[in-house]
Formats: sequence, C-alpha cells, structure tokens
Amino acid sequence: MAEHETHSYDVIVVGAGGAGLRAAIEAADRGAKVGVICKSLLGKAHTVMAEGGLAAALGNVDERDNWRVHFADTMRGGQYLNNWRMAELHAREAPDRARELEAWGAVFDRTEDGRILQRNFGGHQYARLAHVGDRTGLEMIRTLQDHLIHQAVDVHMECTVLELLKDGDRIAGAVAYERERGRFKVFQAPAVVLATGGIGRAFSITSNSWEYTGDGHSLAYEVGAALQDMEFVQFHPTGMVWPPSVRGILVTEGVRGDGGVLRNKDGKRFMFDDIPENYRSQTADTEEEAWRYIQGDKNARRPPELLTRDHVARCIMREVRAGRGSPHGGVFLDIAWVKEKIPNSRDYIRKKLPSMYHQFKQLANIDITETPMEVGPTTHYMMGGIRVDGDTQMSTVPGLFAAGECAAGLHGANRLGGNSLSDLVVFGKRAGEYAAAFARDNGGVKVDDGQVDRATTNALRPLDGAGAGGQAADGPYQIQHELQEFMQELVGIVRREDEMKSALDRIAALKEKAPGVSVPGNREYNPGWHTALDLRNLLSVAEAITRAALERRESRGGHFRDDYPDKDPEFAKFNILLRKGGDGSMHVSRQPIPPLPAELAQIIEEMK
Amino acid sequence: MTQATFSIWRGDSGGGALVDYETEVSEGMVVLDAVHQIQAEKANDLAVRWNCKAGKCGSCSAEVNGMPKLMCMTRIDELDLSKPVTIEPMRAFPSLRDLVTDVSWNFRVKKKIKQFTPRPPDAPDGSWRMQQSDVDRVQEFRKCIECFLCQDVCHVLRDHHKHEEFIGPRFLVYAAALEMHPLDVADRVDELKQAHGIGYCNITKCCTKVCPEHITITDNAIIPLKERVVDRHYDPVAKLVRLFRRTAGQETSGRA
Repeated sequence: MAEHETHSYDVIVVGAGGAGLRAAIEAADRGAKVGVICKSLLGKAHTVMAEGGLAAALGNVDERDNWRVHFADTMRGGQYLNNWRMAELHAREAPDRARELEAWGAVFDRTEDGRILQRNFGGHQYARLAHVGDRTGLEMIRTLQDHLIHQAVDVHMECTVLELLKDGDRIAGAVAYERERGRFKVFQAPAVVLATGGIGRAFSITSNSWEYTGDGHSLAYEVGAALQDMEFVQFHPTGMVWPPSVRGILVTEGVRGDGGVLRNKDGKRFMFDDIPENYRSQTADTEEEAWRYIQGDKNARRPPELLTRDHVARCIMREVRAGRGSPHGGVFLDIAWVKEKIPNSRDYIRKKLPSMYHQFKQLANIDITETPMEVGPTTHYMMGGIRVDGDTQMSTVPGLFAAGECAAGLHGANRLGGNSLSDLVVFGKRAGEYAAAFARDNGGVKVDDGQVDRATTNALRPLDGAGAGGQAADGPYQIQHELQEFMQELVGIVRREDEMKSALDRIAALKEKAPGVSVPGNREYNPGWHTALDLRNLLSVAEAITRAALERRESRGGHFRDDYPDKDPEFAKFNILLRKGGDGSMHVSRQPIPPLPAELAQIIEEMK
Repeated sequence: MTQATFSIWRGDSGGGALVDYETEVSEGMVVLDAVHQIQAEKANDLAVRWNCKAGKCGSCSAEVNGMPKLMCMTRIDELDLSKPVTIEPMRAFPSLRDLVTDVSWNFRVKKKIKQFTPRPPDAPDGSWRMQQSDVDRVQEFRKCIECFLCQDVCHVLRDHHKHEEFIGPRFLVYAAALEMHPLDVADRVDELKQAHGIGYCNITKCCTKVCPEHITITDNAIIPLKERVVDRHYDPVAKLVRLFRRTAGQETSGRA
C-alpha cells in the first residue's frame, strides 16, 4: 500500500468556503474534534467572489419584509421544485446568521440609523441583501476564517480528497493527498460534511474558479448517495464577454439593483418586452416607475432587469440570436446612464460598485461611470447537488452530510441572487450541528485498507511514466477543454434531445480515455497531476447534468429545452434523482415532491 | 496574434533557474493567461497558485519583471514584449516549487493577534448600531485580499528576514481593522510594540505602492497604530503619571 499518514476526527469538513467554515465552527462549538480539508489556502475559496450580498429578511430597510415573504420569494424563484422545508428554515434562520456574522466582526454597510443596510436584488420583493459594497463574499469568508482560527480546528490546506471511505453502509472518512509534497493522508471520521461548492468548470464560459470541478457531487455519488436536480444549472445573465481572456467573469447583479439597465445595440431597454405572468403584478410598467423603485419608493414595483436570473439570461440570448446584440456577442449593461438622474453619479457608482469599477477599468479599459458594459450569460451556479434531509443536511448515506452549493433542495429550479451566501451559513451551521451529533451518537468507524489501497493506486496512475519527460498530445488539459467546449455547446443554456444524446456519447468516450491520461513531473505541487485527478469528477457531473436534462422534457427555471419550450405541470410533481447502480452505470429516477404543509401552502397562496 | 517570450522561474527549495517559454498572446490577455497557456501546452507540471482570476482571492501573487503583482490583473499589453517577461515567485517567502511559495508563516502570525472582541449588543435582538462614517476606515482595511504582496515588498521581511520579530504590513492592517472597529474592546497596543514589532516599520510606503486593493496601508493603518503605541509608551507626561501611580501602589490598568 502507498505510504500515508492517518488522522482521526469526529467530523471532517471537505471545503473551506462559507458553508465549510460555518460547519466546522459549529461542530467544534459542540465539542467535536474537527478537521477541515481544503483544496486551496484558507480564505481563497470561491465564496470570496460573491459580490451582491446575503439575503435575510431583517426588515432594516423595508419593515414590510419578514421570513414569510422571503420564503414565498424563494419558492416562486425556484418554480416550486424546492425542498420546502429547507426554504422555510432558510428564510427563518438567515437573519440570525447575518447578525451572528456581525458579532464575529463583519462590517456590513449601514443604514441611516446605524443598522445593517440592505439592497435590492432579482426576485426579492423588498430590499433584502445585507452587503459590503460589491465584496460581500470576501467579508463573509474573512469573518468566518478569522473566527475559526481561534478554535481548536485543524486545517489541512492545499489538500484534495480522492475518495470517501465506508464502513458497511456508513461513511468512515476520506483519502486525500496534500499538494506540497504529494503525500497521501487518510482521515478516519464517523461524520463527513461535504462543502465543496459547484461544477462550473464543466463548461467553457464560467464565472467559477479551477476548484469548481464537482468534487463533492462525484465523491458522494461514488459511495452511493443520490444526486438531485442536476439539470438546473444557473447561467448568470451578466458575465464579461470582452476581451476573450476575461470571458465569463461575473458582473454582479448589484449593478442592476443599483439602477443598471440592459439595452440592445439599438439602445432599446428590452427587458420590458417579456415579463412572465407570475411576476407581472410585481414588475414596473414604465421606466419611470422602475427608477422610483431604485430610489426606494415603496409604492413602486421592481424594474424588469430584476426578474429572476434564468429569465434575464434567456432574454439576453434572444436579443443576441435576433442580431440585436453588442459587437462581441452580448448586450449592453448600462449604469452610466444614472448621470441623467443624479448629480454625483460618478461617486455613487464608485461607492456602490467599487470592484466592478476596478474590474472593468483594469481588464477591459472601460470606465463604467461613462460607458456601458458588454455582458452575456456565464455558467455560475449549480442548483442541484447531493440530496439531503432538510433539517439535518444528511445525505442518503449515513454520516455523510452536505451543505452549500454542493447540496440540493433550497433553490429548486432557479436560485435567487443573495440566497447563496445565506444558504452557506444557515445550512453550514445545521450540517455542523447534526454531523457533530451523529458522530457522538453513533460511535467509531473502521477504515478498510483495501479501499485506501484502491484510492491511492488509482491516484498514482497518471504518474506511471508514459507522459514523463514529454508532453502527451492528449494531456489532462486537452481532455478538460474538450469536455468544457461540448458541454457549453450541447448542454448549455438552450438544450435539445439530439444534442444532449451526442454529448452523452462524447462523455462516454472521454470516460474511456481519462483513466489512461498521463502527466509529466513528479508528485510535488504538480497541477497537471491534479487536473488529471479532477477529470473523473468533471465527467461524473457532466453526465449527471445531461441525463437529468434529457429526463426533464419541459422548460423550467435554469433548464430550457428548445424541443419542449413550455412548462409542463406534470413535471412540477417530482425531482429527478441520479444514483450509481450496482452495474456501475448512472440510474435516473423520479422522486415525488411531498405536499406542502397547510401553513406554508397558505403563505404561497397569500403572496401570489 | 503575436509571439512573446516568458522567462519563468522553475525550481524548488533546492534552487532553480529561469526557463524561457514562447507563446502566443492576444488582445486583453493577462500574465496569468500566458502562464496557463504555457502550462497546458508546454509544461503541465508548472506550479502556480490561482483561484478567481478576477483580483478577488489574492492567490496568484508573483514578481513580474521584478514588480510584485497579481498575475490575473497584470495585462500583457502593459509590458514590453521586445524582451522576455520575467515571472518569479515572491522572494520574501521560501520557495516550494516554481511560482508557488510557502506562505504558511502568514497564517501562524495571524493566529497570534488578539481576536475580535465586541462590546455588549446595543439592542435587545443582539444587534449593534454603527454609523457608516464610523466604519468607513475599517472597511478600507477589510478590502484586503491577503495576497501578501505587501509582505513580499517590505524590506524588514524581504531583506532583513525579521519574520520572528515583525508581523509585516498585512497584519498591521489586520490589527488596525480590529483596533479601529467601533465594536471592539480588546487592547492590542502593548503587543503591537513588543511581540508584533511595529517599531521596525520605517514608513517607506513600499507596501502601499504595491497593494492591488489600493489600501493606504502606511498612512491610514500603520501610522495611527504607531501613534497609539507612542502615546502609551513614550509620552513623557503619561510616563510621569504612570510612575506616580506605581509609587502610590496602584495597579496600572491595561488601557491607556
């Protein structure tokens, strides 16, 4: 067996973004011995990129807001495929989690009377997002990180989990490798919390970092956990489109929340052209009313630019396809126009959107206080993920928990902006709490050497020698690029059965090829080796997305089918699950959604 | 499309050398794009840290043509391509491999700084009241993305290797964010003088110059902290008062 060191914990947390850190803090607070394993350095996880804010019905800006409105907004945005228990808990608990961040040192922007300021965002009826300019994610991760380092938690940085271990039906820990020296580490633990984030690197145009390779999804799937709602990938409507090297980088929805409007090449504000029926009563009729809303007029309704992300992304695609797009295949997002309305617009924009100002200035030579931005859809977020229990966040495998983006349920078919940061802390806390309790109540586990041996042997295969010294034509990067290109083209924003079937064939071909890939160099900090090891995870999530998308023969939320362009009420009755079958192939099934309890059903009815 | 040459430091703690790679550059590319292209096409095992590629995570710090920079925010069209562009790891930290350095010292230092300690909440729901004007300066410090370029360029660390006696500009900014936080009641002034070595900083402002977040490190964070240290430890009147108190047999309190 390959040499390795062994660590023993009550709870291990895989991932150190908002959800992982919050889970680790909670488990440690409850007396568990906790280890955190993260792929990058502490504080670098994808949470730092979240810009707009954290949705919580604090009611600081608009006293009409409360958890019931937030719940109804989340369900409406998710097209009622959400796990309603999670949507309820999230709406109820988010305000406490936001206040807790303040108690741990977070410095949110303030209202006139000194409370946490909240901003407008798509799909939220009232100004609801606690924020710090447009760098809210950084504030959150730094707050959690700086709190965690004073607890007795071990952090294994730049360490990547290769496989989860099982003891009978239960989870028993994980096998990982640390990047610096390339050595293996075995973690023995009765409870594992996956908080590994998303899958954006399965597509070529994405706002996601290299880390987002669906590790948690794939690890859980391999040990028998069910995945759910994988067809629902969120394409954020506004990513940068020019220059090519920055294509996909996120442009926060906060731009639209603070007055930015979308225009086509003819200067037309096209979002007024198509307002979905279930949002008509909440959406402004005129540009004048929309501006009053931005100014805080409580009698005005939201601008159509603040409709849900799935809808805005499709409207942008429609303009581009109709030949009304911007020079580089996007549309124009204009915040500079507010100078017509307010005197010191330059200061206003730079105060509200400092990172956006900086980002466009530095990367595209554009001053957003003067010139409109060019934007287009970018792969941003996975609504689906590991199926979990709404209260405990435990997956279908005992002892295996999931929280944050890698878990499914809260967001249904489409996530509202701002509901991700709140998701991380609400369900991160819950996962940590119940993982610690599970470890306490269920006792120790045994590590099976055979499983460890298999994991380490597979991991070393790409270094076997074929690629050493030279540069293989089919290196790991080439396979990754090929997958990203065809997933973007065939399973992207607009989907069709024939295209998705051909994507499945190509995934199958890459699955044959990937295990044989070889890389030059040795085990020490070798990114080529790491990319080779990521391939299995990327291929698993790509297959799950495609199979689920084929099964859902309708259009809903983030999932749009050219061949079934309408919503079908039959498909509102179930979630799609994916599991690994005994024969090693991926099995698709339909899981009926349990009926809403009367109290929650009534809230939705009242707020229609 | 033009070809450009990048001289990238390859090696590990045992030593290394610059290796030339030619690659195509196109409009809008940043240095990190070129490194990725070389990595995918010519050197799969070229070690480099990066995450967000949008200037928000502070992972891809390096020295480009000798200047401490985030590779993801350094545009190639700002560089002179008539000669090779050199890309080297941060020199204030031990080399691990290629462009990756061992920055673990920074994480150990941060742990030693007293944790945020808020006053009791102002409202029954456990929340506080703070005016925006009172948090503006702390928000400036909290923009820090922990890229450690300020640590890299600080001569106290880079040239004099005072890592055991001096916490460096990053953590003086961190301490300033805590000390000036309207809710915080902990006192870090004594340790700033002793354990954290604030006296080593002779305000050459190199850190401020390289900060990709444009934090006014020296003027807004370090100098006000130095003033607090001076007020407590070197003010002659305060010294007399302390002496008097001590002779009167009273305990000196921690807070000035």
